[in-house]
Amino acid sequence: MSLYRTELRRLVKRRFTRWTTVLGLLVLAAVVAGVFFTNQKIDAAARAQAERSAEAQWQRDVQSAEQYRAECERVKAGGTDDPKQFPEDCSAITPPPREAIAAAWFMPATFDFRESFGDTLLPLAAILALVGFIVGASFVGAEWNTGGMMNLLLWRPKRLTVLLTKLAALLTGLLALAVTTTALWFGSFWLVATLRGSTAKVTSGVWQSFALTGLRGVALAVVATVVGFALASLGRHTAMALGGVVALMVVGQFGLAILLDLAGVKFAEAWLLPTYGAAWMRKTVTLENWESCEATYFGSCEPEKLVITWQQSSVLLGVGMAVLLVAALWAMRRRDVA
Amino acid sequence: MPAVLEIEGLRKTYKSRRRGTRNALDGFDMRVEAGQVHGFLGPNGSGKTTTLRTLLGLIRPDGGRMTILGHEVPAALPEVAGQIGAIVESPQFFPHFTARDTLSLLAGAGEVPATRVDEVLELVGLRDRAGERVKTYSLGMKQRLAVASALLKNPRLLILDEPANGLDPGGIREMRSLMRDLAESGMTVVLSSHILGEIQLICDSVTIISLGRRVAFGPVEEVLAQHSSGAVRVRLEAVTDLPTAAEALTRAGIRVTGQPDHLMLAGVDKPATVTRLLAEQGLYVSELAPIAVDLESVFLELTATAPVPGQHRQVDQSTKVGGAGQPGTTGGGWGA
Repeated sequence: MSLYRTELRRLVKRRFTRWTTVLGLLVLAAVVAGVFFTNQKIDAAARAQAERSAEAQWQRDVQSAEQYRAECERVKAGGTDDPKQFPEDCSAITPPPREAIAAAWFMPATFDFRESFGDTLLPLAAILALVGFIVGASFVGAEWNTGGMMNLLLWRPKRLTVLLTKLAALLTGLLALAVTTTALWFGSFWLVATLRGSTAKVTSGVWQSFALTGLRGVALAVVATVVGFALASLGRHTAMALGGVVALMVVGQFGLAILLDLAGVKFAEAWLLPTYGAAWMRKTVTLENWESCEATYFGSCEPEKLVITWQQSSVLLGVGMAVLLVAALWAMRRRDVA
Repeated sequence: MPAVLEIEGLRKTYKSRRRGTRNALDGFDMRVEAGQVHGFLGPNGSGKTTTLRTLLGLIRPDGGRMTILGHEVPAALPEVAGQIGAIVESPQFFPHFTARDTLSLLAGAGEVPATRVDEVLELVGLRDRAGERVKTYSLGMKQRLAVASALLKNPRLLILDEPANGLDPGGIREMRSLMRDLAESGMTVVLSSHILGEIQLICDSVTIISLGRRVAFGPVEEVLAQHSSGAVRVRLEAVTDLPTAAEALTRAGIRVTGQPDHLMLAGVDKPATVTRLLAEQGLYVSELAPIAVDLESVFLELTATAPVPGQHRQVDQSTKVGGAGQPGTTGGGWGA
């Protein structure tokens, strides 16, 4: 227990942890501020202004249609008709009906909590995962790099206990940050919706759905943290984790995407990691193959589809995390500390 | 006296596909008795740090037996780790933490009372600089901090690898005095160092390692005596009597080398014999001085690492013992 408390203290004391956390929180705050300042509440005045804008737009359309018809009639009377420029019958040129120009088109942007909040949980999860990965990698990588791990092992020779206690302290810190930040995220956007949009139709079912998505975001951050920790522990350097991810993204993702595209592999995105991250957060991701046609009962052509579910993503993320963690533990147990 | 630390037949082999096999420790033995300050000496690359790392569970041995405070290690390390304070090689600390934070975190991990932090900071002379980040410290200050971290547990066995590295002369003297005080308080200290003058002054006993094997061990005086040549310098009241004296001594079986104003004698068991022999000839000595050997010359002789003009000795060129039982100089290293 003393080791756990000490590692928790060490985690919080580290400048890197503090600065990375602050940076992540600043990015999230900037997102909230951006949404706040680019949206506004729809009141009677805004609706009236939108109605006036729609009316003005319709008037301009009527005027334009009349000018066009007059031009058509003048050209046809002159005998210099260009069939590509005007229709056969100039009377076919009519302005749109008034109801076709909706006032909603001229409404200012507004934040509808029920419609839009779910989309904001994806960047929240991405930032938390990034912070978790970097802090996790640095927490163990810097310890190896500066000799702190060797010092600690002289005090606590049980290597696996040391590594797992470090991980437990790291995950405690990460969970405290992720849960607090997610709660603040919910609160901030509720405030944005209240002041700059609408909180209508947010039923208990909607709350439940958002809460589950938020939880999946926290779980994603936990996975990223463990992966960063395990990679840096394997390489005994922070750079091992960061370099590994850069290599994975450049070679494994962009390179693989280009290769799969050149090879004409169908559902190429199914081989790329971000697809599974998105499926985890959105519950499903539907991939479409426009090269093939599946006829419908109505005679139309639908693309072939592949649905990737959050359950499939959970297997991939879980197995990947477990493999890396077991490898890190095995290396910790077996390798010399030279 | 009971042994605090015992090593028998310790082996550690490094295998490399490209460079072959290297025996870093090749059946190494060591014994340190309670309450001693024990010097652990060896040329660069001889296996000193590998021995200490293996002893402390940082490296897995390939063979041999080790005990600390009567417990087999590395199996029983968790039980005895609280009684061992150690620094291995150069001091390494997280650069952005202060000395106090560094020690406080170690104390927390080892369940040592927080009050002990200030005690050891005082002991190593870092009290007034304890609030500064370690990255601002000089090598000597880092060394002091490392010693402080090793003393934090108030250990029964203190293992220090090159503790005088980077210390100023005053610091070296303080360190020497600290080691003596610790040993007097009952702590056993194992000291690895290349400052042989210091080792000779501080240590009760020594172990000398070369190419992974022990080449000498025992109390410092015994090791020096074993390698003393029995040389004695003799001066007489009258320089003109030197030839007569040389003749008398040679007849008695003593090897004599004549010098302009004195004689150098070799193979003398008891200097009193010389006085008696010369007195029988009516010759009276004005000086009879046994030529003492120091630890440095014994070390250079035993490890065959004395510099030779015109030659550049390589790191792994030192004495290898065992095998045919004959000491000799060999080129070790990868593939040896």
